[in-house]
Amino acid sequence: MSITQFILVSIVKIVVAIIVLLTAVAYTVWLERKLVGHIQNRWGPTRVGPFGLLQPLADGVKFIFKEDLTPPHVHKPLYIAAPMIALVFALTAIALIPVGGWIHVAGVSTPLEITDVNIGLLIILGIASLGVYGVALAGWSSNSKYSLLGGLRASAQMVSYEIALGLSLVGVLILAGSFNLREIVDAQGGTFWGFIPRWNIFRWPPQIVGFLVYLTAAYAETNRVPFDLPEAETELVAGYHTEYSAMKFAMFFMAEYANMITVACLASLLFLGGWHGPVAGPAIVRALLPVFWFGLRVFAFLFLYIWVRGTLPRFRYDQLMAFGWKFLLPVAIANLIITALMVALRS
Amino acid sequence: MLHLLLFLVFGCACGAGAINLLVQRHPINSALSLVVVMGSLAGEYLLLGAEFVAAIQVIVYAGAIMVLFVFVIMLLNAGEEERTSGSRVALVLGVPGMLIGAVLVAWLLVERSSTVTVAAGALPGDPQTIGWLLFHDYLLPFEVTSILVLIAIMGAVALASPPGMDASAKKEG
Repeated sequence: MSITQFILVSIVKIVVAIIVLLTAVAYTVWLERKLVGHIQNRWGPTRVGPFGLLQPLADGVKFIFKEDLTPPHVHKPLYIAAPMIALVFALTAIALIPVGGWIHVAGVSTPLEITDVNIGLLIILGIASLGVYGVALAGWSSNSKYSLLGGLRASAQMVSYEIALGLSLVGVLILAGSFNLREIVDAQGGTFWGFIPRWNIFRWPPQIVGFLVYLTAAYAETNRVPFDLPEAETELVAGYHTEYSAMKFAMFFMAEYANMITVACLASLLFLGGWHGPVAGPAIVRALLPVFWFGLRVFAFLFLYIWVRGTLPRFRYDQLMAFGWKFLLPVAIANLIITALMVALRS
Repeated sequence: MLHLLLFLVFGCACGAGAINLLVQRHPINSALSLVVVMGSLAGEYLLLGAEFVAAIQVIVYAGAIMVLFVFVIMLLNAGEEERTSGSRVALVLGVPGMLIGAVLVAWLLVERSSTVTVAAGALPGDPQTIGWLLFHDYLLPFEVTSILVLIAIMGAVALASPPGMDASAKKEG
């Protein structure tokens, strides 16, 4: 592939990925409002378009045209930078998520992701760990007690749960022997006895404990119910984004949902077999069906996210910290040791 | 060409971040400058082909340690520091000391340099090699270091707990 071809293909892939991601973010918000509505015996948005499907568009237009207030006494450079930091890191992570196999168009073959790197998983974790700054700086620079408390809670919570999250992934890494997300997914192809898929949660030693730890830590990492203490509206107004309005507020909102999607993608890739599923038919269908299976898993994960939000009450902050350090972390370490021992004994 | 350009970009960002760290008067701005320094160092590691070290640099230093720095600054609500006229000791001892150090380093680099230039990525920097070195060749130093860190953590916990408060008292209170 020549350099011009490479640049052209990369630009096409980046544009497609950003459009798909932003659409997915908008419709995850719609899905959440609709689902939580039905869970609470309401209708959710119904007025804008059929089933309220154009609601995200209306919300977007509203955010853009809303007056952009900057409260007095804020630390202005950081106040403006914070939502940008949050959104940039949330959107960057998608560059390393593979959504399917390779495609071959007009003599050019390219993987279905923006870039395929050897240590993809580590880079995603790195980007995710930098995303904390957006929330922490927003809380600090707003110069308001509610924001500050929200920012403090968020940074303490995210740093604490990052450890359990990272350790829960190590079992998968031991099974796959690679940091490359594509290799991790490839290792999960095929079935046991013809019907049980070789996903990491079913393989021996099974990573079901790792998956549950990841699931729990992921809710805390993305500040979602039941761990949404940083924006607990009953005590902190809106937490770290209390002082933000218009598009700046929307950027935090988008960052939160983009993070949810990244977390869902990672769960599908690492534990649920990525894009593996039955494929049949002509070549074009064969190439695109894996993307559909991958999307289905991500959708299921997001559905669970929203379901949990509609079901569980919020934890107290000391309960959250005690749960993270005294329960989740030891369980993750135990899972890691057992997996490592079993793999070592087998080889 | 692109390699050199990227090296210069990251190098300048690193230097500018380090200078900004000293010039800024507000602790949070200084901490954020340090994040820039860490991040651009990770970029330099990546250019050297040490992808694993670069990723760990971002995750551990930029993503975890500096977040704790920012957290502490936020928690203490540290304000802007006051400018002093500078200490005389720093002027008398510090400036000549820094000059001597700089000359020594430059001399060492020019005269005693036995380094050879290698192509980017020629030296192994992948996770497998580093894992093998850590858990095979340098297992004992690695474990001793981790115990050292553990001792530091225990020391911090002991210092942070209020005096006269042992484990049994903590349970009751």
